[in-house]
Amino acid sequence: MARALVGVKRVIDYAVKIRVKSDKMGVVTDGVKHSMNPFDEIAIEEAIRMKEKKLVQEIIAVSCGPKQSQDTLRTALAMGADKGIHIEISESEYETLQPLHVSKILAKLAVDEKADLVIVGKQAIDDDCNQTAQMIGGILDWPTGTFCSKIENNNGELTVTREVDGGLEVVKIKTPAVLSADLRLNEPRYATLPNIMKAKKKPIKKVTPKDLGVDTTARIDILSVEEPPVRQAGAILPDVDSLIGKLKESGHV
Amino acid sequence: MFATNFRMLRASNKFGSLARYESTLVIAEHNNESLLPITSNALSVAKKIGGDVTVLVAGTKCDAVAQAVSKANGVSKVLVADNDAFKGFLPEALTPLIIATQNEHKFTHILAGATAFGKALLPRVAAKLDVSPVSDIIGVKAPDTFVRTIYAGNAIQTLKCKDKVKVVSVRGTAFEATPLEGGNAKCEPAPAGDYKPKLIEFIKQELSKSDRPELTSAKVVVSGGRGMKSGDNFKLLYTLADKLNAAVGASRAAVDAGFVPNDLQVGQTGKIVAPDLYIAVGISGAIQHLAGMKDSKTIVAINKDPEAPIFHVADYGIVADLFKVVPELTEKL
Repeated sequence: MARALVGVKRVIDYAVKIRVKSDKMGVVTDGVKHSMNPFDEIAIEEAIRMKEKKLVQEIIAVSCGPKQSQDTLRTALAMGADKGIHIEISESEYETLQPLHVSKILAKLAVDEKADLVIVGKQAIDDDCNQTAQMIGGILDWPTGTFCSKIENNNGELTVTREVDGGLEVVKIKTPAVLSADLRLNEPRYATLPNIMKAKKKPIKKVTPKDLGVDTTARIDILSVEEPPVRQAGAILPDVDSLIGKLKESGHV
Repeated sequence: MFATNFRMLRASNKFGSLARYESTLVIAEHNNESLLPITSNALSVAKKIGGDVTVLVAGTKCDAVAQAVSKANGVSKVLVADNDAFKGFLPEALTPLIIATQNEHKFTHILAGATAFGKALLPRVAAKLDVSPVSDIIGVKAPDTFVRTIYAGNAIQTLKCKDKVKVVSVRGTAFEATPLEGGNAKCEPAPAGDYKPKLIEFIKQELSKSDRPELTSAKVVVSGGRGMKSGDNFKLLYTLADKLNAAVGASRAAVDAGFVPNDLQVGQTGKIVAPDLYIAVGISGAIQHLAGMKDSKTIVAINKDPEAPIFHVADYGIVADLFKVVPELTEKL
């Protein structure tokens, strides 16, 4: 029976139209709706399904960030995780916290908590890095199934279908292993009200990176964050002939 | 006498580092038969960074690929690693090879294309080097300063990388391709070793077969969304695409509904394309889709909903039923 460690990140909700700060050093996050990173919902759902199939015994949800990250942990607990670990990072330190730091934290926790599986989303929709699973695998020297769309368990060996550029790829992985969830892996469940209430009683342990011996010194300087160039408003054309005319004019056909 | 020479040597070395002499390793992406175009885009980034450019070609019977890339303009050396261990190009096999190569040559930069291959591989390499990788760059301002998008392309971040070795994946559509001609690099063997991964095994690949151009490098892309209503209706787009020699893409809604396979998805979590012409058919234009196509030179939207956000980015829009417009467009082209 395996233990699964699942990384969940609190990000600006995917449906929010973000705004760049006037000092051009980041995006406005105050008063903006945040939720669990959609890929992490898929990761936690997969861990829960494994638990329902009795392949996993315990699910530990982990989130790194300021105190609001606990809301995200509560969501994971309400979905079905057993306990949470909140890695407290101050707002200012969080600005330059990179997947490398998070990977070191999760790798250390995976060892401390004797996890056999680490599951994370393939990317966070805020920094769009797509690095954490790969780096945890590198740090622990564990095999890594990235961009998983199907995970099957055969007596401790995992058959993993990965989404690659031209189609799909299948690999066989021995645990302990790291997995990253792609969109197509599953359809995450909603937390029901009784489960949200129950989740309030589940334990969340608070830990600092220092407790884990992880150095979170900034590896990057953010020089600026700017709005992307705005496209010129286009024209609505009345019919196909005028479209073909325009495309011919601009040399596209 | 010796001591003086030694001091001079050290002084000149120090000077060398002050002059920021760069050397870049580009990890070639290929299928053992030919080099994938993304590698040529990554080579342009390497040249922009300056200094020596070395290409690593690892695979099984990948000699032809090594020969081809050795002719690329600006490449000074090609390292070849031909080994059964690299079957399926697993990061678990390639990472120790890249680390061995790095230990020998001490590159300042390690680059690859930001494809499924590059994204799976580079962060593992970076973790081994204890450096913070930079994903999917769209610009190079200095050898340590890169530009990338965040929040689904809705903000552009410029960052300075403080790590000694810069591990960077490159957005292909943001950089010109370096032609595979005009160069004459030497091919040498890469460091040998036991690279066979013990805990992971490549089983198979199931690639979608298509005669159309590859999505990320096509000059014209025709994409369909939920408005296509069924997988069968995508035939309308295939016919149009064939007329335009275009690749076919899709929105997440079309993929989720099972109209087309996942690898056609254009967007934040799918492919990022920037063709000369992008024709969005029955696509509303959610933030996540726009992230994958809004750098296209010309965008055409065909949608019956005049309020669809796709019209905010489209150069030309037609507000009408796609089932009438698409066949008419195909016929008249």
